[in-house]
Amino acid sequence: MQCDEVIWKTIAHNFCSYKIKTTTQNFCRNEYNVTGLCSKQSCPLANSRYATVREHEGKLYLYMKTIERAHTPAKMWERVRLSQNYAKALEQIDKELIYWPEFTIHKCKQRMTKQTQYLIRMRKLQLKPRPQLIGIKKKVERREARREQKAEAAARLDQSIEKELLERLKKGVYGTDAIVNEKQSAFIGALDRLADEGEVDVDEIESEDEELMDEDEDEEEQEYEREYVSDFSEDEDVMDVEEGFSGAEFASGDSSSDDDDDEAAARRAQALKKGKANKRARVEIEYETEEAPPETMQQEW
Amino acid sequence: MPATDPADIKNKQKRSEVVNRLKAEKARAKLKRRQQIAKDEQENPALKEERLKDNQPKTLESMREFDETVVGEDEEVFAEEDTDEFAQYFNGQPPKIMVTTSKRPSANVYEFAEEFVSIFPDAELVKRGSQFEIKRIVELAIKRNYTDIVVINEDKKQPNAVTMIHLPHGPTAHFKLSSIRLSKQIRGHGTVGPQKPELILNNFSTRLGHTIGRFFAALFPHVPEFKGRQVATFHNQRDFIFFRRHRYIFKDGERCDLQELGPRFTLKLRWLQKGTFDTRFGDYEWMHKPELDTSRRKFFL
Repeated sequence: MQCDEVIWKTIAHNFCSYKIKTTTQNFCRNEYNVTGLCSKQSCPLANSRYATVREHEGKLYLYMKTIERAHTPAKMWERVRLSQNYAKALEQIDKELIYWPEFTIHKCKQRMTKQTQYLIRMRKLQLKPRPQLIGIKKKVERREARREQKAEAAARLDQSIEKELLERLKKGVYGTDAIVNEKQSAFIGALDRLADEGEVDVDEIESEDEELMDEDEDEEEQEYEREYVSDFSEDEDVMDVEEGFSGAEFASGDSSSDDDDDEAAARRAQALKKGKANKRARVEIEYETEEAPPETMQQEW
Repeated sequence: MPATDPADIKNKQKRSEVVNRLKAEKARAKLKRRQQIAKDEQENPALKEERLKDNQPKTLESMREFDETVVGEDEEVFAEEDTDEFAQYFNGQPPKIMVTTSKRPSANVYEFAEEFVSIFPDAELVKRGSQFEIKRIVELAIKRNYTDIVVINEDKKQPNAVTMIHLPHGPTAHFKLSSIRLSKQIRGHGTVGPQKPELILNNFSTRLGHTIGRFFAALFPHVPEFKGRQVATFHNQRDFIFFRRHRYIFKDGERCDLQELGPRFTLKLRWLQKGTFDTRFGDYEWMHKPELDTSRRKFFL
């Protein structure tokens, strides 16, 4: 019934559904194949004496073919669970396949090695957090984009921000001598009135007035023209996680954070200096530091 | 001649003539009516008030479904907020923020991250090495006394999500990020000054909204420098959180002018987690699910 020669002739010259033909080599798709190649030696069908190693749910088994049971294919293979310990598993193969051809023993061991390695790698990868891929629901995305547009329109952002700021101004968050040129028209009006009454010398006022205005304008212009360079610039300032987190600096613990602040400040200063060097010459005006504004700001929402 | 339905007229030329005449009559009548109303109201402003009071448009906001967690003047909630994870900030601890990206970020993300960092005076951009998992970064950041970590995620080389982790005890919030416009893409944008900005948080009404609002508040320095006249806004409308940054000026104490500084972006809360980042065993306080979207008038923030 079982005749290896006849089977192999059919497989080699006629047809085998497990065979994959390529230009250089033929491969075998049979799960019991110990090498994956289509050759007489490693064909699981054309050998009545055959052994292989297979993995099932993370466990390795040694499969041995008993050709006497070829009439009941379900019971044709005998399997032995291999030990988790690699060295022990090798011994097991030696023991189970004693008196078997050297080729079979060698190939089984080779396959076992490969499988042990990929199992280890699988377990390692499982421990590592991996990004999860989430399907994009086009319809939902589209709906959300549309709703976002509508919400933005309904928010009337500029108006609501202006309203909030004016409310704060009225509440006196900005203090009395604030950034606000409050009622400038009224102020100028008052000056005019005084001038009309002749209490103050008109020229003087006007010149003062102009000066005031000039100063104001200067300040404003400066606000807009002057460029402040952020403490961050691509080439030097980005801290690397590797730099920042590994090595001696990190080991030093708490003290390092203080150093960091100093460093950051120094860097900031440097960046500022750099920015200035590139600009044209200009007058520097020092501002007085403002006293701390009322603390009500913090919980204003 | 009795008024007939113009649709009954079979001659097309005649029909369109009649239709146009009727249309014009209707428009004239409407104009007259409105002019009359305007005239009456000018004489008697009370009428206008009454009309506006009766004529409230129905918007999603005004028709919002009742939410029992909306916080009014609730002593209990305020007491609870005094002891939550952000209490440390509100008791005077300065923020220290690390902004980082997903692994192997693209240039677009860095560009956005740089602008994002510029929003927060106490933030620094940290390059993310490929071997650093978020959990590991959290551990290291706690040791270095950071108060917040912001991770900018990307998809198809565009920033698409932001994860914010408050340290050391959480919470963690994950937002969808959309409609990004960098400063340079905004017409007539101003340059950012080094002063600490003030903050506006609008419409964070529910308990969840309050938590998110406190989250944002805790990213900014306690005391703003009003000299800079810069304001950062997180405006919540229909669960979309719009971020804008402006420079303002008060004109005559009753008008407020704004100049946008950029960037602009929109956030939408996806989930909020107790504790620091842990997607596997973390305790989700709130998570958006499709089955929550039962009504267009239901909002969570």
